[in-house]
Amino acid sequence: MSTQVFYFVATLSIIFSLMVIFAKNPIHSVLYLILTFFTFTVHYVLLNAQFLAVVNFIVYMGAIMVLFLFVLMLLNLNNETEPSKSPLIKIVGVIAGGCLMVTLIGSLKATTISSPLILKNPGLGLVENLGKELFGPFLLPFELSSLLLLAAMVGAVLLSKRDEVEA
Amino acid sequence: MENLTTQMAGVPLNHYIYLSAIIFTIGVIGVLTRRNAIVIFMSVELMLNAVNLLLTAFSVHSNDPSGQVFVFFIMALAAAEVAVGLAIIVMVYRNTKSIDINVLNRLKW
Repeated sequence: MSTQVFYFVATLSIIFSLMVIFAKNPIHSVLYLILTFFTFTVHYVLLNAQFLAVVNFIVYMGAIMVLFLFVLMLLNLNNETEPSKSPLIKIVGVIAGGCLMVTLIGSLKATTISSPLILKNPGLGLVENLGKELFGPFLLPFELSSLLLLAAMVGAVLLSKRDEVEA
Repeated sequence: MENLTTQMAGVPLNHYIYLSAIIFTIGVIGVLTRRNAIVIFMSVELMLNAVNLLLTAFSVHSNDPSGQVFVFFIMALAAAEVAVGLAIIVMVYRNTKSIDINVLNRLKW
């Protein structure tokens, strides 16, 4: 029964992500992207990666999407200001993307991994297990990522600050 | 919850790879066909998420928590990337009054 849940949610993810790139209005794109991330959260729950599901929900749908919406509202973008490419470029882009997908799936056909996904350890994606991993072998990358976030914060503030002399 | 996840055994790993490939391709097509810088950014987010899902599926498949730790790092990286990228886009809009990326082709020279 729950394999059918997977196929249903996978179909929804594909439909919503297609809507993201084909929606004319950027605001609609952001809203469809939030729906796509919601379906991804469901995928994580189905894989029993509960920590990632919560982080995806809070960081992606909470923080990053609010940032996108905020910038879109700040710049006041809508259908009229939306730049559009010529149909030729669109067709060529879709064909190039289609070729990429055919290559990916064709190369997958050459391999023969199709064993069903079995969750051997039910506690694999829980906070306890991942925390032990994160503060054990991955301690240095974890601390470095805090440095990365600090650098990004300083950079964002520096970039978006208006130049006093020019203004 | 436990009941649901033990029943998940039926989905083959291949189908997760197909799903990720399709979503990644949709992201690539978005980057190639749109001119709005923010929509291009969202397509990049789609690609990152496709990779995240694939890493999680492989992590469950090989019973190794490292894959999920990588996903966590990718999420931290995506947050930093979005903060800096949107700041750059706001800056571009302030200087050119447009977020059409074709305006930026002057950067070539």
